Amino acid sequence: MNNSQARNQDIVVSAIAAHIEKHKNRPGPLLPILHDIQNDLGYIPDEAISEIASQLSLSRAEVHGVVSFYHHFSTKPRGRHIVEVCCAESCQAVGGRNLEKYAKEKLGLDWYQTTRDGEITLEPVYCLGNCACSPSVRVGKEMLGRVDNESFDELIDELTTVPLDIAPLEGR
Amino acid sequence: MLQRSDTINPDSTSFNQADSAAKIAEPQIFDPRTDLDPEMDYGTPAPTNDPTPISELITLSIDGTEVRVPKGTSVMRAATMAGINIPKLCATDSLEAFGSCRLCLVQIEGRRGFPASCTTPAEEGMEVKTQNEKVANLRRNVMEMYISDHPLDCLTCSANGDCELQDMAGVVGLRNVRYGYDGNNHLDAEKDTSNPYFTFDPSKCIVCSRCVRACEETQGTFALTISSRGFDSKVSPGQDQPFMDSECVSCGACVQVCPTATLSEKSIIDKGQPDHSVITTCAYCGVGCAFKADMKGDEVVRMTPWKGGKANRGHSCVKGRFAFGYATHGDRITSPMIRESIDQPWRKVSYEEAFTFAADRIKGIQKQYGRNSVGGITSSRCTNEETYLVQKLVRAAFGNNNVDTCARVCHSPTGFGLKTTFGESAGTQTFDSVEKTDVMMVIGANPTDAHPVFGSRMKKRLREGAKLIVVDPRSIDLVDGPHVKADYHLKLRPGTNVAFINAMAHVIVDEGLEAKESIAERCDVEAFEVWKKFISDKRHSPEETEQYSGIPAADIRAAARLYATGGNSAIYYGLGVTEHSQGSSMVMGIANLAMLTNNIGREGVGVNPLRGQNNVQGSCDMGSFPHELPGYRHISGQEVRDQFEKAWGVTLDSEPGYRITNMLDAAVEGTYKGLYVQGEDIAQSDPNTHHVEEALRNMECLIVQDIFLNETAKFAHVFLPGSSFLEKDGTFTNAERRISPVRKVMSPLGELSDWEVTLGLSKALGYEMHYNHPSEIMDEIASLTPTFANVSYDRLDKEGSLQWPCNDESPNGTPIMHIDEFTRGKGYFALTEYVPTEEKVTKRFPMLLTTGRILSQYNVGAQTRRTENSSWHGEDVLEIHPHDAEDRGINNGDKISLASRAGDTHLRALVTSRMQPGVVYTTFHHPESGANVITTDNSDWATNCPEYKVTAVQVSKVANAEESSEWQEKFAEFTKKQIAFLDV
Repeated sequence: MNNSQARNQDIVVSAIAAHIEKHKNRPGPLLPILHDIQNDLGYIPDEAISEIASQLSLSRAEVHGVVSFYHHFSTKPRGRHIVEVCCAESCQAVGGRNLEKYAKEKLGLDWYQTTRDGEITLEPVYCLGNCACSPSVRVGKEMLGRVDNESFDELIDELTTVPLDIAPLEGR
Repeated sequence: MLQRSDTINPDSTSFNQADSAAKIAEPQIFDPRTDLDPEMDYGTPAPTNDPTPISELITLSIDGTEVRVPKGTSVMRAATMAGINIPKLCATDSLEAFGSCRLCLVQIEGRRGFPASCTTPAEEGMEVKTQNEKVANLRRNVMEMYISDHPLDCLTCSANGDCELQDMAGVVGLRNVRYGYDGNNHLDAEKDTSNPYFTFDPSKCIVCSRCVRACEETQGTFALTISSRGFDSKVSPGQDQPFMDSECVSCGACVQVCPTATLSEKSIIDKGQPDHSVITTCAYCGVGCAFKADMKGDEVVRMTPWKGGKANRGHSCVKGRFAFGYATHGDRITSPMIRESIDQPWRKVSYEEAFTFAADRIKGIQKQYGRNSVGGITSSRCTNEETYLVQKLVRAAFGNNNVDTCARVCHSPTGFGLKTTFGESAGTQTFDSVEKTDVMMVIGANPTDAHPVFGSRMKKRLREGAKLIVVDPRSIDLVDGPHVKADYHLKLRPGTNVAFINAMAHVIVDEGLEAKESIAERCDVEAFEVWKKFISDKRHSPEETEQYSGIPAADIRAAARLYATGGNSAIYYGLGVTEHSQGSSMVMGIANLAMLTNNIGREGVGVNPLRGQNNVQGSCDMGSFPHELPGYRHISGQEVRDQFEKAWGVTLDSEPGYRITNMLDAAVEGTYKGLYVQGEDIAQSDPNTHHVEEALRNMECLIVQDIFLNETAKFAHVFLPGSSFLEKDGTFTNAERRISPVRKVMSPLGELSDWEVTLGLSKALGYEMHYNHPSEIMDEIASLTPTFANVSYDRLDKEGSLQWPCNDESPNGTPIMHIDEFTRGKGYFALTEYVPTEEKVTKRFPMLLTTGRILSQYNVGAQTRRTENSSWHGEDVLEIHPHDAEDRGINNGDKISLASRAGDTHLRALVTSRMQPGVVYTTFHHPESGANVITTDNSDWATNCPEYKVTAVQVSKVANAEESSEWQEKFAEFTKKQIAFLDV
């Protein structure tokens, strides 16, 4: 482990500890802790599971059971953006399957894979509750309706474009 | 259909009206623990383990049969009690109803749909139909789905003949699977063979969650879960890891409940299903679990915990369940051997020759050095009958009282302390009593490792809400684990037990929390007043004792209040209490505390010594002490001696004989020359190995009777083959005074059972004893020992087990002692002044060593080291706190030197914050570790129980990891030589 890895590791460990500390004394602390860790680190590292277990007087298996039960939780690092394509009935009924196929081709990914640059992870989701505007896609907290191939391209362009922040040339 | 069997308590009854004709007397109560057949699976647990008055039972009708059951009983259980079996897969009566398999659906008059019978409570007047076309169709459909994703290899499957899935497929009449077998399935799921004793084959799993629930409810380890969801659901040890990498403790509870071949014993996979089984008692710890030895011919293929066992209630641990292979290990010595001196090779001889050789030597020694120059040590692992014979041989054939037992080095202070205060040398409760306990105080015991099956029962009660006080220098598993957290962990400094217990009593008296009424009524008031004055002194206040014990005064005050006012409070203690220079004082302090708060004489309370070895209680009961005849009666009593003299036809010495420590000291001095040791390894287990070895080298006739060439046998002149618990009939007595049968399932490998060997030796010594069977020995014990008066093999066969005292006053035994009155009459408050141990930390030895045990290994390890249990614990390590390790530059896994004023040894370090700074810990399961090279010959003031738990030591890093200590090198060389002497 080099220095920067060790530093990252320290950050992860202290983040986990902080999230546990914040919730451990409330009733039903497990899910809030898991959400906070995932929101913070993007996933739930293995070491978080043993730490949560020992702090909450649970076994590792119990925490793992909860984490693995909810598809929302990931135990592996994911991309900076999570693109969730709805595969539920309503979306399927209006061409969702084509969109699924297109999304995979466009990104060169299968479900749960991440682009090589670590930017985008593609995931299926089963109903976002946005059925009136099917097919739906969610990116982070943002919900998109009536997505077709074209608007999916736009979305990906947006996600992969980093705006340059050019400072005005003042006082020269 | 249940029949009234002989085991049924005459005071209670079978519940079923159809059986009423067979009743002996009109029944008054229904007791689920005696009135049901332990061989049946009732599907769901009893709603209560307490007896229910017959008048309070509810009546319902199942398929037209009326059945009366306690309120809260499930429909499934009620049906089984009526002899009607409802198909089931996820239900078994050791686990709470789960309702997942949907096979047990029934119809209930007046209710809609098809409720699951396991989760539906029976109600008064309910009319249940368990069989009709509709439910049959539903069940068949459910079964069809199960089988659509299950391998169809029944004929070659290890569970063939013992598979509930197969049985249920037959019961529901499944004839085809319309879905076919080509859909998504789990048939290729990979097998996990990491555990040495069982395999996990997920391709055969039906995800009934029985294993997960058993791990939680029965064992309390929570090592298993169902990971993921829906079709992907699967049983996951830890975080989808192999079993060996998870928290699994290999207790076997999951294997026991698995309805398919998913979790199977490797021995069954290798050898096939057993053809018969014999109920017997485990030969490991003092819990005394009842097991079924599952046999093929005369080979044990599996040990399964027996539900009818009153100590274990169907649970087991890794030792009893799996580690029985030592019994047929290649190291077993099956032929008698003799040699002139320990520098010579062994000669295999006939029993006759060995007996004559030994007897001639013993007689010669006595002639030359006097009658008292020889003695014997009885075994806490052998049966009561065998122990009784050895002490009889010593007293009658040797003609002295030089008999002692390993309890000398473990629970002798318990015997002394409880006899002094209560009047009887034994624990006061049954294990079942823990189900009524509100506050547990665990002192110097580590039940989840050393008494695992009882540890699981404690954890179960703790999950139900009981409070827990742990008093231990080390953070044992009970302090903090899944769903268990000690309310107080009082981390005392080793050696300050009495300061602690006095402070507890001081707080209770100081704050007026004592049970004044019961003290006045039940205890010796005069002694109490003296004691009260003593304990009220400020020197016993927690604020004062804090300086010795290191326990914050506020914690002691809080813990004392909890103990005194928390409802039923029970104390469980182990060798952390007794193995001290003040062991006896501490035991009396514990007894005082129980009397002070009226926590004695009913269920849920009491003083519970957790005895170490399977029959250490029994060996004490059987008169193994130099001053006591069987039943704890002093040898100086003329009347008692008369009885034995008459029965044995000899004159007994009225003077107490040597204790083990006296024997060893006298041997070093050269006045003690002959010793007969049965099933005990003093060279490894007794403290200050240098001293023990010197004593053994001085012997002129050391007779060792054991199943292996143990460390002591390496110094022996006569070796007599021992027999394992599978090779003989007899009884063991566990920590709750329960006498349980041990049954012979195979012939002794050395031809004779241990009791027969003792008879042979005695005969050669000129004192012939006549017994054709151990039952006759028990009859003699019963005739001479008032507390055993009504014990016989016939009764044990009928009752399963009996708790002494079992005599005319309590013909069915005594689960709870001292109910209305203490055995000694009035309870006695003994003064327990705290006297610091002489074993103090110094500049040279600045740390304290304390010793203990680990789950997978047992005592000196002679048995468990010869099984796969060593996969969990291959060597003894030294546990040390990170601060102490850092100070000394020690990393995890480093070789360290552990030195005391007695000696030094080299071990590997395990850096862990389980320890407190300044205290280190190790185990003594491996002889080459030499843990007892370090321990000193300090001992308890009253009983000479060694102070294993406190030794001042220094720990330092060893430069060369390969290097051994001087003792270890000598040990290795001596062992090599002695092993070579076997092969000549």
